[in-house]
Amino acid sequence: MPKPAVSVFQYPRTATEMPCGPYAKAGVIVETNAGWRISRPVIAAARCVRCQQCWLICPDGAIDRTGESYAVDYNFCKGCGLCARECPAKAITMAKEDGQGE
Amino acid sequence: MVKVIDLPDRELLYGHKACPGCAAGTIARLILKVTGERTFLAYPASCLSTVTSIYPQMAFAVPSFTAPFPATGAVLSGMAAAVKAKRMQDVTVLGMAGDGGTADIGLQALSGAVERGDKIFYVCYDNEAYMNTGVQRSSLTPFGATTTTSPAGKRGVKKNMFEILIAHRIPYCATASIAHTADFLAKVEKARNTDGPSFLHVLAPCPTGWGFPSDQTMAIGRLAVETGLWFLAEYEGGRVKMNLAPKNFKPVQEYLGLQKRFKHLGAAEWALIEGQRDREWADMRRKWGF
Repeated sequence: MPKPAVSVFQYPRTATEMPCGPYAKAGVIVETNAGWRISRPVIAAARCVRCQQCWLICPDGAIDRTGESYAVDYNFCKGCGLCARECPAKAITMAKEDGQGE
Repeated sequence: MVKVIDLPDRELLYGHKACPGCAAGTIARLILKVTGERTFLAYPASCLSTVTSIYPQMAFAVPSFTAPFPATGAVLSGMAAAVKAKRMQDVTVLGMAGDGGTADIGLQALSGAVERGDKIFYVCYDNEAYMNTGVQRSSLTPFGATTTTSPAGKRGVKKNMFEILIAHRIPYCATASIAHTADFLAKVEKARNTDGPSFLHVLAPCPTGWGFPSDQTMAIGRLAVETGLWFLAEYEGGRVKMNLAPKNFKPVQEYLGLQKRFKHLGAAEWALIEGQRDREWADMRRKWGF
């Protein structure tokens, strides 16, 4: 299951493009949160028992459980480390970000 | 009973700007997974609105409404009336508010909505202070906690929202903790299926406001229950059921000592807090007979 993607938002340029009333479209993501992170979770697929604990507790929903092995959406992971701490199989480690960015 | 494997993979809350390790993020995400796409959401000024609705960003993928601070309950009543008038089936009218928006500023509107008996589901995610404005004390801040408006520690005790809601004879209300996820999901499912108003009070440990590392959110949540400073109970059909009643509590300093907001407390205050806790539990055992 691919995670929701970042979309380019077109600000209204003329009065006719202005929305009618104080509303906006739901589910609009305009930027990533990757820059927040000082360390990144790395999942060791060999140790993972697919218990879904990390997927369940992730505050950002950044873990994908549908693939061959569990994967992290590094565009939105903030590196809080909850998944690594709560993983019962100790399959997730936190690696320092190397400063290279995404 | 909700099974984790059956929860949808689609994220209805994604890309929000909450602090790393925020329990409210997990709470909102999981609740929306249970209630599904057919949810009408209202939330007042709170962390949740601050981190999800920064124009043009809108992290919720369900129809949602930022209510005025005191009016979450009233807005939910209006939504429930609209749902009824349009004869919509199988929708959830959901409100999510912080502790200030529930117990202080929004209490009157919540009380009114519950008293009218509208079919709404109200969630209070309790991070025990006004967090998004910079940690000010609320009536759900526990005794002794430092906030910017109670720098020497709060003097009063935490308001008991659970009993306030029981006093309304609400069809379903419960307390939960995000660290006890299975219990939490079961309660969300029950509350959502209640025919009438339902209320869920969830403890949401806050790394920023409580002062602990962001990877300890669940550990702190578990300790709150193990030390007896938070309880898991539900009220249904006029009876209170205690979901978890530890025989022996852990010493409170194991919970308090991990958090910066309780750093100034010593043995005397710990004893005071333990005394308060034991009185509360004796009182609950007597009233609810468990």
